[in-house]
Amino acid sequence: MTWTDHLAIVPIVLPLLAGAAMLLLDERRNALKGLVSLIAGVGLLAAAIALVQRADSGVVQAYALGAWPAPFGIVLVVDRLSALMVLLAAVLGLCALVFSLARWHRAGPRFHALLQFMLMGLNGAFLTGDLFNLFVFFELMLAGSYALALHGSGAPRVRAGLHYITINLAASFFFLIGTALIYGVTGTLNMADLAVRIPAVPADDLALLHAGAAILGVAFLVKAGMWPLGFWLTPTYGAAAAPAAALFAILSKVGVYAILRLWLLFFGGASGGELLLYGGMATLVFGLVGMLASQGLPRLAGYSLLASSGTLLAVIGTGEGGALAAALFYLVGSTLGVAALYLLVELVERAREPGAEILAVTAAAFLGAEDEGEGPEEEVGVAIPATMALLGLAFLLCALLLAGLPPLPLYLAKFGILAALLAAEPVPGAAWAILALLMLSGLAAIIAVGRAGVRIFWATTRTVPRVRVVEMAPVALLLGLCLWLTIAAGPAMRYMNDAAQALRAPAPYLDNVLRR
Amino acid sequence: MEIVLSVAIGVLTGSGVWLMLRPRTFQVIVGLSLISYAVNLFIVVMGRVQGGAAPIVEAGARADPARFADPLPQALVLTAIVIGFAMTALLLVVLLAARGVTGTDHVDGRETDQ
Repeated sequence: MTWTDHLAIVPIVLPLLAGAAMLLLDERRNALKGLVSLIAGVGLLAAAIALVQRADSGVVQAYALGAWPAPFGIVLVVDRLSALMVLLAAVLGLCALVFSLARWHRAGPRFHALLQFMLMGLNGAFLTGDLFNLFVFFELMLAGSYALALHGSGAPRVRAGLHYITINLAASFFFLIGTALIYGVTGTLNMADLAVRIPAVPADDLALLHAGAAILGVAFLVKAGMWPLGFWLTPTYGAAAAPAAALFAILSKVGVYAILRLWLLFFGGASGGELLLYGGMATLVFGLVGMLASQGLPRLAGYSLLASSGTLLAVIGTGEGGALAAALFYLVGSTLGVAALYLLVELVERAREPGAEILAVTAAAFLGAEDEGEGPEEEVGVAIPATMALLGLAFLLCALLLAGLPPLPLYLAKFGILAALLAAEPVPGAAWAILALLMLSGLAAIIAVGRAGVRIFWATTRTVPRVRVVEMAPVALLLGLCLWLTIAAGPAMRYMNDAAQALRAPAPYLDNVLRR
Repeated sequence: MEIVLSVAIGVLTGSGVWLMLRPRTFQVIVGLSLISYAVNLFIVVMGRVQGGAAPIVEAGARADPARFADPLPQALVLTAIVIGFAMTALLLVVLLAARGVTGTDHVDGRETDQ
């Protein structure tokens, strides 16, 4: 085992050490904490890029913790999909923490430590190859997210946080019940071992196993925000501080990831697809109606997140191999886009004069929420010139991106999804429904974001906000990555294709984990 | 034994769900605690109910699985207890914060019109 083999554990250990070290630092040493956090964030990004490169060579690495062989010990598994998700988490984590350096990390205690712990939980959830370990990392990630959702305090955050914590605790119990049922039937918790044993389960126990899997699925669908399990998402994310909300953009994708991984591994996508399909379509409808109805930008961002979750679930539910690759591309593009939108929302909301908002009582309530916790702070650092022009440009790009207009990544992804779905002969009715809903959701996004943009940027009364370079840089990075995804669509799509194929034919995964 | 455990789990879950749907934050947290006890019992039961058997193999004894309790659910339930305990403590703090900020113990932060 060479030292590069230990790269698999770096995304978990590095944030853990950085976060623990920052807990020991005095609360007033913000600059030092920011520096430690930044170093850890850059280190995590480098490790994630190295992991993606290794995974892209087709290696599925199983890292046995404590050197106990699977299925007796817990393993971390790095394949294309998990490496990609870790990279996505690292990018969002870095952007959120750089953005927070301007003011948000001073709005409450232990921001950087909590952010690092949440990243640790996220990475662990993506990398682990054990069902119960997945639960533990889920809880770590959620513990970090509970605290981050409350970061900055204020009544709307506490109120939304109470609902958020309660619903996720309930979902955790579903997770435990599902895991216990699956263990009771199969006698193992290792994902690869489960994939081997589930086809051999006697017919008498199948009902119990399916019930366990369905209960487990509910836990993941709550996280993914599938209708009707996703009502908690919009208020919580909308009330959260901007960097926290940007990082939360990937939280719902953890649910989608878990569904994708476990469903294809355990059942090969054979049963239950209709539920995902129709549930996903319902979520998409809910998201697009919500987008049109929302008056405040934070709510709009939340509903666009729900719409993207719905799209992903519906496409996964169709069980179409080619569409799966495009769905992964969509997952990356939409996560980056929504995270950029959450960051931008906070910046442009500063431009609006309180009271200029006639239409929306809700928006006013949210404005009030955003102002809390910031306090009268001295503005240090460089404020960028031509702020409104730059903000407007970024906002426009975000709108085009979320609406999925050509040539941006979501357009390419939707095109890929539809091309794969409509290639079947005869075209199933569900494919037409998805086609219509995807078109409608794009239209709804452009109307909603465009309307909000007109209200903000063409308003006659407004103050030019002070926006600093460290706040604009993460937005530019996220949007730049989306543009890069458009340019490098070929290699990126090839990667997604390989990842999707590996998901549908998991033999190498099983062989590597179980050392067969 | 099985019937006692099943009834206990059922009663705990039922009471927990009912309390969780109540409008007061304290009732919700007690409900969540009851459900977490039920879930912990459930995890233990999933390792088969076996009275008077230790979860470790005695030295020199024949390794006959029928004579030993399954140690894995016991390890799982310990983890689940710790995590559930920590999360309940966290929720308790948020509950107190919500009571302080909103001035009511209603879960929505405001009283509904009766």
